[in-house]
Amino acid sequence: MISSAYAATAASGHGPDAGVAFPPFDPSSFVSQLFWLAIAFGALYWVMSRFAVPRMEQLLEVRRAKIAADLKHAADMQAKAQAAGEAYEKSLADARANAQTIAQQTQSKLNAEADAKRKTVEADLASKLAAAEKQMADTKAKALANVDAIASDAAAAIIERLTGKTPSPGDVAAAVAGAKAN
Amino acid sequence: MAAEGASPVMDPIHQFQVHPIFDLHLFGLDISFTNASLFKAIVLVAILALMVWGTRHRSLVPGRLQGSAEMIYEFVASTVRSTIGTEGMRFFPFVFSLFMFVFFSNMIGLIPGTFTVTSHIIVTFALAMLVITTVIVYGLMKHGAHFLRLFVPSGVPALLMPFIVLIEIISFVSRPISLSVRLFANMLAGHITLKVFGGFVAMMLSAGGVASLLAPLPLLAIPVLTAFELLVAFLQAYVFAILTCVYLNDALHPGH
Repeated sequence: MISSAYAATAASGHGPDAGVAFPPFDPSSFVSQLFWLAIAFGALYWVMSRFAVPRMEQLLEVRRAKIAADLKHAADMQAKAQAAGEAYEKSLADARANAQTIAQQTQSKLNAEADAKRKTVEADLASKLAAAEKQMADTKAKALANVDAIASDAAAAIIERLTGKTPSPGDVAAAVAGAKAN
Repeated sequence: MAAEGASPVMDPIHQFQVHPIFDLHLFGLDISFTNASLFKAIVLVAILALMVWGTRHRSLVPGRLQGSAEMIYEFVASTVRSTIGTEGMRFFPFVFSLFMFVFFSNMIGLIPGTFTVTSHIIVTFALAMLVITTVIVYGLMKHGAHFLRLFVPSGVPALLMPFIVLIEIISFVSRPISLSVRLFANMLAGHITLKVFGGFVAMMLSAGGVASLLAPLPLLAIPVLTAFELLVAFLQAYVFAILTCVYLNDALHPGH
């Protein structure tokens, strides 16, 4: 089989000693191989270095720039959103503080009003109480004075019955006062 | 192709034959347009289709072709950057062209019935010499005689220096050989293996009996081998590109 293969090589080979050599080592094809390799690889290198690689570099650079710009834009937008959020939070806090102040003010005002009302009512009540107490004291004093008179009268009557003499009202009053003091 | 020779279907070497499509002679040299030339042209057209036609829209959001082109571009660019550094990007079109040429040659060669451009030592050796020539020319242009410090590592005792220099020179000279033989041998061996396994199937079937019953076994091996060859096709292109970067790095920074 192998020998027939070499026969085939011999039949199809070209150049002076084709067919003897193993095809990859066949020097008869070397010149043609090198010639066409130089053309193919030369053309490849020319196109790659002149067109393909610069285009690819530009393409990747454009994409990189675009991605960077988009990321920057996104970061800007995020910063903006964050600032807006912070502003909102701040205004909310302000409003809350404001509401609290108003509530506090209202409450203190109401408290003051209530206090004032309570004070007038208390004062009124106190004066009424004082008047009532005064009246009570007056009544008591009057009653007590009446008690003195009754005691003096009773004492005078007792003395008159016992002694038969009518004591002077001044002595009786003094004696009652002395007894009362004891 | 199948029309010539006794049994080209069974012959594992047949796929490497170069035969002229039309004869061309210039200054007494045979520069016939051969099937090898045709596939060099196909490789070139395929790369241009991907890298130029595929990126023609310059879309901001890439489609499939442009996405693939960008993926390969970024892959090679990151290889160059990590191996030579940012200043190595001046060599990027060169490394990229090499990678694409080798990668597409290897890949297109895996399609049954095609010719593998990189399965010929003269092609891989020419590419390797191109790399080494670039290294030497650029190194001498940039560093002048200092480029020779590449062969004189620092911190070596004076007594050992002649041997070290000799070893360094041998290793430098063997670079184009190892670079070209690695790629060529991988492609050659892979294609021969595939063809031999394919030949087994045909031979066992025609042998009859138990052998015919066992014929599907090598057939099952072929998809596995093909997958492996796809890996090798990419890997060898990558190895070629990264070694080119390593050698170019020597041209940029000759001191060890």
